[in-house]
Amino acid sequence: MIVEFGDSIDPAINRRVRELFLAIERAAVAGVRDLVPTYRSLLVSYDPLRTTFDSLRSHLSELDAHLADTPLPPPRVVEIPTAYGGTFGPDLGFVAGHNHLTEDEAIAIHAGTDYLVYMMGFSPGFTYLGGMSERIAAPRLKTPRTAIPAGSVGIAQQQTGIYPVESPGGWQLIGRTPVSLFDPSRHPPVVVEAGDYIRFVPVTLDRYSAIQDEIQRGTWTLPVWGVTT
Amino acid sequence: MKTIEVLDGGMLTTVQDLGRFGYQRYGVPTSGALDLFSMRAANRLVGNPDDAAGLELTLIGPRLEFVVPATIALTGADLGARLGDRPLPRWESVVVEPGAVLSFSGPQDGVRAYLAVAGGVDVPEVLGSRATYIRSRLGGIAGRKLEAGDAVHVSGDRPVLLGGALQLPVPHRPIYGHAHLLRVVLGPQDDRFTPNGVHTFLSSTYSVSPQSDRMGYRLAGAAIEHLRGPDIVSDGTPLGAVQVAGDGVPIVLLADRGTAGGYTKIATVIGPDIPRLAQAAPGDEVTFDSVGLDDAYAAVRVQEAALATIGPIRHGPDVARLRKVAAVVATVASLQRR
Repeated sequence: MIVEFGDSIDPAINRRVRELFLAIERAAVAGVRDLVPTYRSLLVSYDPLRTTFDSLRSHLSELDAHLADTPLPPPRVVEIPTAYGGTFGPDLGFVAGHNHLTEDEAIAIHAGTDYLVYMMGFSPGFTYLGGMSERIAAPRLKTPRTAIPAGSVGIAQQQTGIYPVESPGGWQLIGRTPVSLFDPSRHPPVVVEAGDYIRFVPVTLDRYSAIQDEIQRGTWTLPVWGVTT
Repeated sequence: MKTIEVLDGGMLTTVQDLGRFGYQRYGVPTSGALDLFSMRAANRLVGNPDDAAGLELTLIGPRLEFVVPATIALTGADLGARLGDRPLPRWESVVVEPGAVLSFSGPQDGVRAYLAVAGGVDVPEVLGSRATYIRSRLGGIAGRKLEAGDAVHVSGDRPVLLGGALQLPVPHRPIYGHAHLLRVVLGPQDDRFTPNGVHTFLSSTYSVSPQSDRMGYRLAGAAIEHLRGPDIVSDGTPLGAVQVAGDGVPIVLLADRGTAGGYTKIATVIGPDIPRLAQAAPGDEVTFDSVGLDDAYAAVRVQEAALATIGPIRHGPDVARLRKVAAVVATVASLQRR
């Protein structure tokens, strides 16, 4: 069953998706096997031996009518330390030049916005982020790279994102984070979830290495803030 | 307990179970057996719970040596299984002796076979499942297919099932062939196609493309006409979703599919018919038949009833009795489909 709340990318629609998602999780609705929240809809997988479409629909309608009873937790801002440019961001120069900016100006724009995590998908731990400035938009590479290191931060058209694991891809790479966005041995396996905000924080190569060491020693804690807006 | 030594991994042999649920929200595909009917039947035949892990064998089977006695069951495709120098019967439990070698002479019917061992294949659970997802190297044996030299361990200390052998009665054993009729429930985006496009989808015969795998089956044939383009704002992709991208050809999404996608989905193949598609080989014919949700639920019950017929092997007149039971089940199914 797919519950649709609209057909556009809109924070208000996305919020309703997450509200129903959370309500179903809390209510532990019988027969529900899994939930996939996306930009604007919620996929509800159910076991037809335990429930039916009609009974599930009436149950979910009831939950939807009482969403005020399960308010969303306040959004969090998760800081992602990022080393921009150089070998970690080989396309920063292109992105800046394409938009008639200096590299520092492009970094300031990219790091100057908090990005809403609308949904996760595509590959484990990949975040679909909203809110990137058109002033640093850039086309995809004509020839995708065959192996992009985990943690690479990229831009494709008006989207920005982080490669959670090594994979092929055609995004313009502007930097890299030492933070592991997906680790199946962790619970949960991700560090950000739909509804959170990501804030890229520029760090030097020295700081990048220091954080990487701390992560390996298990002493690093990801900076997370509440949002007052 | 080390139970099996892999002498040759075969084409694509992976550890699978019913799949990894609860993590699709983070972009983790469910994975799990492509043919869940055969996987569950194999488990039941050796006294395992449905969600125990087993092996999924693809087209060219592996060569496996048993190092301890074990009760096994092979289901799904006929890949020409031999135990030592004798054919290994499918759809029934068999006790194998140490030193026995299971090998495969080549596919006869279907493409995926399932091997269950009493106790269940023992690999660490990753995110609540033992299923292998090769792209992200999750689950199974080091997140990859089996290779020569691997050891397959089995949970518990009793790989030999006590009591008599079990079988799935012959009338319930699927014969796959090369023409597959798949029942679909239209939606969620069937309204994004022209009436002509929906008609094309439901009346054409498609051919399974060689670019078909655990992620999805790509079909070749008549292009399905969109109403206003193939792009949607990404939403979730259920098992069996029939996705139609810009080229107009359908792709049926299976266990290793991405959790969300940005192309229109004209219909969803009903759960009980997914095993049929999972057994289709490149070049096989596929057609689609639109049914309602009640028909889909009835088909689920028919499949459960078939699994519930698994019981002790009997000989002589009982086979005739079992055929009668199967005929009744089939009649009920056809009545429910009307």
